[in-house]
Amino acid sequence: MQTGYLHSMETMGLFDGPGIRTVFFLQGCPIRCAYCHNPDSQACDTGRTIEVKEVLDTARRFRPYYGSDGGVTFSGGEPLLQGAFLRAALSALKKEGFNTTVDTSGFGDPRYYSKVLPLVDTLLLDVKEFSDQRFQELTAGKFQTFLDFMNGLKDWGFKGRIWVRHVMVPGMTDNEESMRELVKCIFPIAEFVERIEILPYHTMGVAKYTALNREYPLAGVPPMDREEAKDYEIYARRYFRQYLGRFRSRKIA
Amino acid sequence: MTAINKKQQNSVNNQAKAWREFHSGRWQEQIDVANFIEVNTTEYTGDESFLAPTAEDTKLIWQQANDLIQEEIRNKSIKVDLERFSGIDNFAPGYISEEHERIVGLQTDKPMQRIMNPYGGFRMVENSLKAYGLEMKEGLAQAFNEYRKSHNQGVFDAYTKEMRLARTAGLLTGLPDAYGRGRIIGDYRRVALYGIDFLKKQKLQDLENSRGDATEELIRHREELSEQIRALGQIQNMAARYGFDISRPAETAQEAVQWLYFGYLAAVKENNGAAMSLGRNTNFLDIYIERDLRAGLITEADAQALIDQLIIKLRLVRHLRTPEYDELFAGDPTWVTESIGGMLDDERSLVCKSSFRFLHSLTNLGPSPEPNMTVLWSEKLPSKFKNYCSRMSIETGAIQYENDDLMRPIYGHDYAIACCVSAMQIGKQMQFFGARANLAKALLYAINGGIDEIKKDKVTGRPLEVISGLTPITSEYLDYDEVMAKYKVVLAKLAELYVNTMNTIHYMHDKYAYEAGQMALHDSELHRFMAFGIAGISIVADSLSAIKYAKVKVIRDENGLSQDFEIEGEFPTYGNDDDRVDEIAVELTELFANLLKEHPSYRDSEHTLSLLTITSNVVYGKKTGSTPDGRHAGEAFAPGANPMHGRDQSGALASLNSVAKIPYHCVCQDGISNTFSIIPDSLGKSEDEQIIHLSAILDGYFRQHAFHLNVNVLRRELLLDAMEHPEKYPNLTIRVSGYAVRFNQLSKEQQTEVVNRTFHQRV
Repeated sequence: MQTGYLHSMETMGLFDGPGIRTVFFLQGCPIRCAYCHNPDSQACDTGRTIEVKEVLDTARRFRPYYGSDGGVTFSGGEPLLQGAFLRAALSALKKEGFNTTVDTSGFGDPRYYSKVLPLVDTLLLDVKEFSDQRFQELTAGKFQTFLDFMNGLKDWGFKGRIWVRHVMVPGMTDNEESMRELVKCIFPIAEFVERIEILPYHTMGVAKYTALNREYPLAGVPPMDREEAKDYEIYARRYFRQYLGRFRSRKIA
Repeated sequence: MTAINKKQQNSVNNQAKAWREFHSGRWQEQIDVANFIEVNTTEYTGDESFLAPTAEDTKLIWQQANDLIQEEIRNKSIKVDLERFSGIDNFAPGYISEEHERIVGLQTDKPMQRIMNPYGGFRMVENSLKAYGLEMKEGLAQAFNEYRKSHNQGVFDAYTKEMRLARTAGLLTGLPDAYGRGRIIGDYRRVALYGIDFLKKQKLQDLENSRGDATEELIRHREELSEQIRALGQIQNMAARYGFDISRPAETAQEAVQWLYFGYLAAVKENNGAAMSLGRNTNFLDIYIERDLRAGLITEADAQALIDQLIIKLRLVRHLRTPEYDELFAGDPTWVTESIGGMLDDERSLVCKSSFRFLHSLTNLGPSPEPNMTVLWSEKLPSKFKNYCSRMSIETGAIQYENDDLMRPIYGHDYAIACCVSAMQIGKQMQFFGARANLAKALLYAINGGIDEIKKDKVTGRPLEVISGLTPITSEYLDYDEVMAKYKVVLAKLAELYVNTMNTIHYMHDKYAYEAGQMALHDSELHRFMAFGIAGISIVADSLSAIKYAKVKVIRDENGLSQDFEIEGEFPTYGNDDDRVDEIAVELTELFANLLKEHPSYRDSEHTLSLLTITSNVVYGKKTGSTPDGRHAGEAFAPGANPMHGRDQSGALASLNSVAKIPYHCVCQDGISNTFSIIPDSLGKSEDEQIIHLSAILDGYFRQHAFHLNVNVLRRELLLDAMEHPEKYPNLTIRVSGYAVRFNQLSKEQQTEVVNRTFHQRV
């Protein structure tokens, strides 16, 4: 099927992979993270349809901005849920030499992983938590599902680079021990990891819950201090390098 | 030696001294600054690390100057020279701190003191003074009015009833019929390169050569040349009061800056045009600076001090304005536009060290809207310069960018921007500034049969017919073909009225307020543009799109005039890179440009068109009723060619792509203005990334033949203003990773909450 379900599009994506990117936020996500800032992207039955042709037409229109490292990102929602659409879209994009990025938490449709992942240049891998219990406290998904996804990447033919991302919420993982757990957690895929990003929890999504008539799960939790989050990011990156025990040839941002 | 021979020998000696070591070229035989630059400029492809910090004397002078600027803002009062009127040599010399200033010269004998210029309009001077509780010296008013007519009086003597109505209704606004037209760039470099004697000699020769049948054209030409020659003498006298003999060419870098500035200073003593732009001076000054550096006469610190102190002077330029003018052009702008960079040819750029030095003043003296730093962008510019510009944009938000790759094939390498977006070859081309026509109101006239939807007759209180000979649309729902047909008729009549109005204005301006001091620094044979403008293009495009793709119902008042519109269904809006509506904007711009060209222009000037409103977009909004795109009566227009606030659904680059489609060459050749508001943190995670991203955005945008981008950078305080007045900050985007929402889709309460909660640390 060449039809996807789209939440929205962002033409000036500057935080969604390398360079300037056109971001397609796909509709639908199963894991209901407590801090989700796109709750309106969780449902599978809202949004509008989008054809592969539109994806290509749009990418061509914004190609002048991409330069050498920009391109197209599929985010959401959980874009890997729409395996068939992603496969068709990514194929078409790769055929015309576009750079591709997928922003995922690892909770997609496994039937298509082997078809989709080889077509992804950069994977933004969202690591929600680092233990069964805490994963289940934060999301409706299982830690094991994430681990299976992460561990299967190589077998499914992924050969790109990974940007590991973790949303840091005050009171949850804002400590050095959590950063060490993060590094150990992603160690199996260390060979792909180009950078680790700590995303400070913010509250810009709260207004959307009100619009959806939903209660906000993290009401009262303050935004993460950005300076502190940056410090933890530096710590995590340093620990990652040390943990590997050698200087990597890939550039650590 | 006879007296004449001695004088000739003197001038030969002066030239030899002034031009020592310069590479020879055509420029030595005749006035050709472009050639001088071409053979002498030194390209610089390195980065900003060579730049020097603020010199001590610069700091002193800037502190005093800035104190005066801040005091004026705080007290909301201004200083005016009430004793005498404008004129190149009408004022005693003035200083900020005589012993410390490396570059001297003020408009009057006191800094920040404004000049009364009655030649544009006497009543305007009186209104301005009254607004500030001031009165001119007794006897001046009587003397002037008894012996001299003003441009404003001339224009209104000649205006037709239709022209007056169009002004009153807000169909044509901002016309320079009561204030100086500006948008003339004297080639001030000529004063430095050649000295006044040489320039005078050339003009005398040109006058001598102006012979033939004494037609009106020839007679006027001869009179203008005589005025120019007189003005050159006055510039020399003015400089002499400051102790400088500028009859000879400049011999050092300091003299080059000082002579050039005297040329500009004369212009702002004589005239009060809305835009008194500086030109394209960095390469010129750089040649002198490099020569002095090589000879060890100055250091890099000195070079920077010269530039910084020139810029301090430029930041002090002020003009006396009426409250109406201030409403139209808020913030006391002077548009001392300096054009920096661009390419010399397909291989070499015109980026030099002084390109950096000029921008560096933003660091040394702090950001300021003046001089109006304008970077002429080409993909081929050295990347270190591009990134420096992006960095300065992010740090100061004080730079606008224009597409040199688009302009160079038309104007060559020695053009500059007047005001915001108007290109002209320096010293070879000038324009007749024409403000703008309200095309959104014109659309309402198509619907309402030429009757204004807001303004009533002053006497009878009845609806006011502004354009005659039209029949209104009477159907409840608007039909696209019917609307377009009637709209084309309105535009044709408007174009005719507009050209006639402009012809009237500029005839009178030449007659009563001729800019002799600036025109003396132009070639005697020159090219003239007549610069028309459009306001409201995005409203028109969206309105026609709504009529075409959705259903638009007209709600009429008791007079049968449209009061409001009801839209049923979806329609594409301009600003989303959607050809269905973007094509409408393109088509209308081309149509109006062609309609204007059908009417003869004053002095056979070339018709051009711009999409630029500056802050008059607010005034236009107030004077225009509800429009078929859903905009409510009184709501501000989007500035220039920007999409209307809130209508972009897909992000900033889609918006840029829409604007990029408006054609420049031969259609909108007076410029297409696009404002882009950003928060630095939303450009990338680190400053390095932000710089790279901004450069990439500029490259991508201009690669698509777009014309202009005003990069407007917001800090936290401004962000709150942006929520109150989003229309002032087009495209404002706040983004973090993976977050999908248009900030402007949130309600005001939500936005306030977001800013307070999320950006409490730093924006």
